[in-house]
Amino acid sequence: MNAPVDYILHLADNAVVLGQRNAEWCGHGPILEEDIALANVSLDHIGQARLLYQLAATRMGGDATEDKLAYFRDETQFRNYTLLELPHNGPLVGYAVSDRDYATTIVRNFLYGALMVLVWDALEKSPDADLAAIAAKSLKEARYHLHHAADWVVRFGDGTEESHKRAQAAVDHLFPYTEEFWTSSAAEDAAVAAGAGADVRSLRAAWDAIVNETLAEATLVRPQVRGYVPEGKHGRHSEHLGYLLGEMQGLARAHPGATW
Amino acid sequence: MSTVVERVWATLEHLTDPEIPVVTLRELGILRDVTETPDGVEVIITPTYTGCPAMGQIEDDVKASLLQAGIPARVVTRLAPAWTTDWMSDEAKEKLRVYGIAPPHTTRPDVSVVKFMRHRPAPDEVACPRCGSTHTVVSSQFGSTACKALYKCLDCQEPFDYFKPY
Repeated sequence: MNAPVDYILHLADNAVVLGQRNAEWCGHGPILEEDIALANVSLDHIGQARLLYQLAATRMGGDATEDKLAYFRDETQFRNYTLLELPHNGPLVGYAVSDRDYATTIVRNFLYGALMVLVWDALEKSPDADLAAIAAKSLKEARYHLHHAADWVVRFGDGTEESHKRAQAAVDHLFPYTEEFWTSSAAEDAAVAAGAGADVRSLRAAWDAIVNETLAEATLVRPQVRGYVPEGKHGRHSEHLGYLLGEMQGLARAHPGATW
Repeated sequence: MSTVVERVWATLEHLTDPEIPVVTLRELGILRDVTETPDGVEVIITPTYTGCPAMGQIEDDVKASLLQAGIPARVVTRLAPAWTTDWMSDEAKEKLRVYGIAPPHTTRPDVSVVKFMRHRPAPDEVACPRCGSTHTVVSSQFGSTACKALYKCLDCQEPFDYFKPY
């Protein structure tokens, strides 16, 4: 059984939104090596998003294309986790562009990366052969992403007083958004029912193991989370996604069909 | 009298990676197969990294070479089985080393995802492609292209690229 298109779009939107967000560091990284690393990671995410949008477009048929799916859907049609659209500004810094906080970037990459190695690992065995092929490639990349992020989480957490403070603040700030991973959505339920999707809730124990172990090594405390659960994957987003899409989609919408 | 399939292989043999011009697409495993189908000859290529910007150039190079040789063939991109650096021949690895890029170690596919974190393996012992010393450190897991990491030799002090096992 093939995975439903909405499920493929959920995976694609996650990848493209984080890829676009992290690409904001390009030319502004805290050090040259990290500038290059983040650009590489973004390139992988955008590559994964392209494969997924191409697959979705093929399955939708008609005049659907990867570009139409990425550039001509509006905010409420995007099915990405809210976590991935948040700006890089952590709670301890201001809201100007120059106030980007690398600890926030890294902790987000870590929390999402720990999920995606498990999701791609599960999807690699999907009977949906096209999705399984994308998952097999993406898993190799996701492992590097997780390795990179986890190393920096430990370095920041178990680093200086300032880096520890910022890393803990980022963990406290972002952790509540991970609750969205474990709630169900129609697209995910349909994919799991079809036998083609990953049942994310069954991956929670493994995710906890990765996260808890890394936070412990980083001397960071996992916060108690309760309260509001974000609903980005249902199309209800924070105010930040609109600005992100505005930048990402502006050129394609101002010059439809433009090539160079 | 060579078959059209053999002619395609021979035509594409000189094509190298746009970013690593010492190894051919065949040696890298990007040029996967050439087959004769009822619809004509198919050239199968496979992407390295999903977002590798060189893939567009590679596809264009393959098409241009075939066009120039007057061989009608279609280029098909296939994802599965996923490309791995394990497909690289020893000869290709040696070419990389001479070019200044430390060749990839064999991948460790048996390492499960969770185990990957819990017992994070020690970083690969990477030999400096210039002086051969294994007294090297990783400067960054991501280098100038998606497929490489940045290393530094602590003996000859040279920074160098390491082709990541993938």
